[in-house]
Amino acid sequence: METLKEQKTAQKTKKSIKISGAEAIIHCLLAEGVDLLYGYPGGAIMPVYDELYKFQDKLTHILTRHEQGAAHAAQGYARVSGRVGVAMATSGPGATNLVTGLADAQIDSTPLVCITGQVTRELLGSDAFQETDIIGISTPVTKWNYQVTKASEIPEIMAKAFYIAKSGRPGPVLVDITKNAQFDELDFSYTPCTGVRSYKPAPTPDIESLKQAADLINSAKKPFIVWGQGVILGKAEQELKELVEKAGIPAAWTIMGASALDSEHPLNVGMVGMHGNYGPNLLTNQCDVLIAIGMRFDDRVTGRLEDYATQAKVIHFEIDPAEVNKNVHADVAVLGNSKETLGLILPMINSKSHESWHNIFKEKYQIEYDTVIKNDIHPTKEGLTMGEVIEEINLASDQKAVIVTDVGQHQMIGCRYAKFKESKSNITSGGLGTMGFALPAAIGAKMGAMDREVVAIIGDGGYQMTIQELGVIFQHNIPVKIVVLNNDHLGMVRQWQELFFDRRYASTVMTNPDFVKIAEGYHIESKRVSERKDLKSTIQYMMASKNPFFLEVKVEKEDNVFPMIPSGAAVSEIRLK
Amino acid sequence: MKKEWFTISVYSENNVGLLNRISGIFLKRHINIESLNVSKSEIDNVSKFTIVVYTTEKWVRNIVGQIEKQIEVIKAFYHTDDETIYQESALFKIASNLLFDERQIQNIIKESNSQIVTVSREFFILAKSGRRYEIDEMYEQFKPFGIMQFVRSGRISVTKDEMQISTLLKEFQHN
Ligand SMILES: Cc1ncc(C[n+]2csc(CCOP(=O)(O)OP(=O)(O)O)c2C)c(N)n1
Ligand SMILES: [Mg+2]
Repeated sequence: METLKEQKTAQKTKKSIKISGAEAIIHCLLAEGVDLLYGYPGGAIMPVYDELYKFQDKLTHILTRHEQGAAHAAQGYARVSGRVGVAMATSGPGATNLVTGLADAQIDSTPLVCITGQVTRELLGSDAFQETDIIGISTPVTKWNYQVTKASEIPEIMAKAFYIAKSGRPGPVLVDITKNAQFDELDFSYTPCTGVRSYKPAPTPDIESLKQAADLINSAKKPFIVWGQGVILGKAEQELKELVEKAGIPAAWTIMGASALDSEHPLNVGMVGMHGNYGPNLLTNQCDVLIAIGMRFDDRVTGRLEDYATQAKVIHFEIDPAEVNKNVHADVAVLGNSKETLGLILPMINSKSHESWHNIFKEKYQIEYDTVIKNDIHPTKEGLTMGEVIEEINLASDQKAVIVTDVGQHQMIGCRYAKFKESKSNITSGGLGTMGFALPAAIGAKMGAMDREVVAIIGDGGYQMTIQELGVIFQHNIPVKIVVLNNDHLGMVRQWQELFFDRRYASTVMTNPDFVKIAEGYHIESKRVSERKDLKSTIQYMMASKNPFFLEVKVEKEDNVFPMIPSGAAVSEIRLK
Repeated sequence: MKKEWFTISVYSENNVGLLNRISGIFLKRHINIESLNVSKSEIDNVSKFTIVVYTTEKWVRNIVGQIEKQIEVIKAFYHTDDETIYQESALFKIASNLLFDERQIQNIIKESNSQIVTVSREFFILAKSGRRYEIDEMYEQFKPFGIMQFVRSGRISVTKDEMQISTLLKEFQHN
C-alpha cells in the first residue's frame, strides 16, 4: 500500500513538470524577461494564445490590427529599449504578413523574435489550410529561422532564438512551431543560450589594426568621422563622444546613427546621405582620413561609389566582417563590437583639435542655412513647411522626445531637423524604407519607453498603410503623439517626378479622407492646423496632453527636400536646389 | 575585374534549411551556381558544401562573407583552380550491343580510364572520374554511337592548404 501511494505521488510530481509546448513557449518568454509582445491569433497558434490568456498578469499581449503592425511595433520597442522585440502570428497569411517587418528588421539590424504557428507535423507539405512555407519565405530576411516540430525542442530553440537575435550584429529570428508541438507535452527546463558552436557573434579586436588606425587618426590633417547605428547597438555612445572630443574630429551620422551624439554637440556636423547636410557630404570627398564607425556604406550614403572618398584613407570600425570591403575599400578594418574597439583605441589617440578643418564645415553649414534651412524652418511664404513643424516639436519637447518617422519627404525633413539629447531617439525605417512603419513602431516605442514622449511624424500616404493601428492606441490608451504632414501627395515620389520625369505626376496625387474625423472615430483627440498662426500653440497643446493625440498639419503640396544627391551622382555633386 | 572559376568550400552544421539559406545568397546576387555538392567532411557531424561559381573575385569574396555569417556555417573558403585538387564523376549508360558491334567502343573505354560498373544484356554502365574536360571528351566520343543516359556530379575538391576547421570548432566552443 505504502509503496503504491509513494509511486503515485512520485508520478504526480513528475507530471507537474510536464507541460504543453504552448505553455513552454510562455515560460521561455518569461525566462527571457519578456513582459510584452505583439501579435494576432489564428488557428495554428491558438494553443499559445490559450496560455497567454492564463498568463495575462505576467505577459501583456497587444493585439495589433494587422500582423505587419505587430512586427513594426516590436521593432519600435526594440529600437528604443535595446531589448528583443517579440511578435506572434498564426500560420499562412498571419506569417506572410510579418514578412515586411522581418525584412525591415533584417536590413536595420533590429533584434526580434517572431513566433509563428504552423499546421501540424503530419500535414506539412499537404497544402493544408493556412499552410505556407514561412521558413522558405523568411530565410533571406532573417538572421536565423527554425521550424519546431517536436515539443521537446522548444526550450533549446527559444533560448537560441533570443541569443541569436540580440548577440553580435542583431537581427530578426523566426521560430515556426507546428501545432502538434504546441499541444504535446515535454519535460520543461530552461537554460539560457550562451553560445552556438558555429557562430561567433563578434570578432575579437586585433591590436595591430587598432594601432594602425590610431596612427592614421593621429597623423590626419583633415579627419572625418561618419558613424552609424553600430554605435547605438554597441552602446558605444560615450566612447564615440570621447573619441570625437579627444581627437577633435568633425563627426557626421547616417540616418540610422542619429541621436547617438547630442545634436548640438559642437563637433556634430550633421547627416550624410542623399538628403543629408551639405558640408558632411561635400567634405567626404575632401577629408584625408575617413573614420567609419558601425555603418555599412549604403548606396544612399555613398552616392556614386567610384567617386566616394577616393582621396581618403578609410578606417572601418565594424562588427560584421562581411561588411568590410563590401562597398568601400577599407585601408584599415577594425573588427569588433564598437564599444570594445573604441574603448581600446581611445588611449592611443592624441589630444588634438582641427579648427581650420572644422571651420570649413561651419562655412558649408552657413551656405546650407542661407539657401535651404532658413526657408525650411523659418519660412516667409504663406504655406506651412514640414521643417517648421519639426522645429516647433523640438521647442515644445525640449529636444527630449523620441521621434518616429515614416518614409518619404517628411522622414527626410524629420531626420534633418529633429534635435536629440538622448540616444535611441530616432526611430525610422532606414534600410528598407517601409511606408507604414511609423504608426505601429511608435506604439512599440512608447511602450518601450513609457517615461518618454513619442512623436510619430507620418506622411499622408504612409499613414494610410497602417492606419488601422489607431485601434491599438485607442484600446490601450497609448499616449503617442501622431503628426500627419499632409501634402496630399506621395511627396517624395512626386519630387522625383518633378526633377527627373518632367513633372509627369503619375499616381502621386491623392484625394485624402478627413483624417481628423477618422481619428475621432477612434476617440482620439484630434486637431488640424492649416495656418501658421495656430501651429505653435497647437503643438504645445499636443505635447502637454497626457493622452494619445492626433494632429494633421496641412503643408505645402509641392515642396521639395534639399539638399539632394541625385541617384547616381557623387556626394560632392550634392545639389542645394 | 575578370571572371574566373572559384570553388567555395563551406563547413557547416547539418541543418534542414541551410541549403536554402546558402543558395538564396547566390539568388539575391543573380549569380549562378555552376555545380554543388553536399557531403560529410573530415570532422564528425560537420557537413561540407562544395560550390563552383564563375564570377569575379570581388563577388566571390562578398558571397563567402555572407555565407560565413549564417549561424550554422562554421567557416567558408574560396579557392581558384590552382589551389585545389578537384574532380567530378560521371555515369554513362550505353547499349550492350555496341560493345560487340563497334570495335571503337572498347578503345574509348580503355583510353578513357573509366570503369565498367555493371553489364546486363541490354546495357552497361561506365563510371568516370576526372576533370570536367576529360568527361566532356568521353561524352563527345560516345555521342555518335548513342548514350542512353548520362549524369555528371558536382565538383568535389580538396585544397592544397590546410583548412583548420577542428581548431576553429574548439575556439567556438571555448567562447
Ligand atoms: C511600402 C512602400 N511602398 C512604396 C514606397 C515608395 N515611396 C517612397 S516615399 C513614397 C511617398 C510617401 O508619401 P507620403 O507618405 O505622403 O510622404 P511624403 O513623401 O509626402 O512626405 C513612396 C510611395 C515605399 N517606400 N514603401
Ligand atoms: Mg505626402
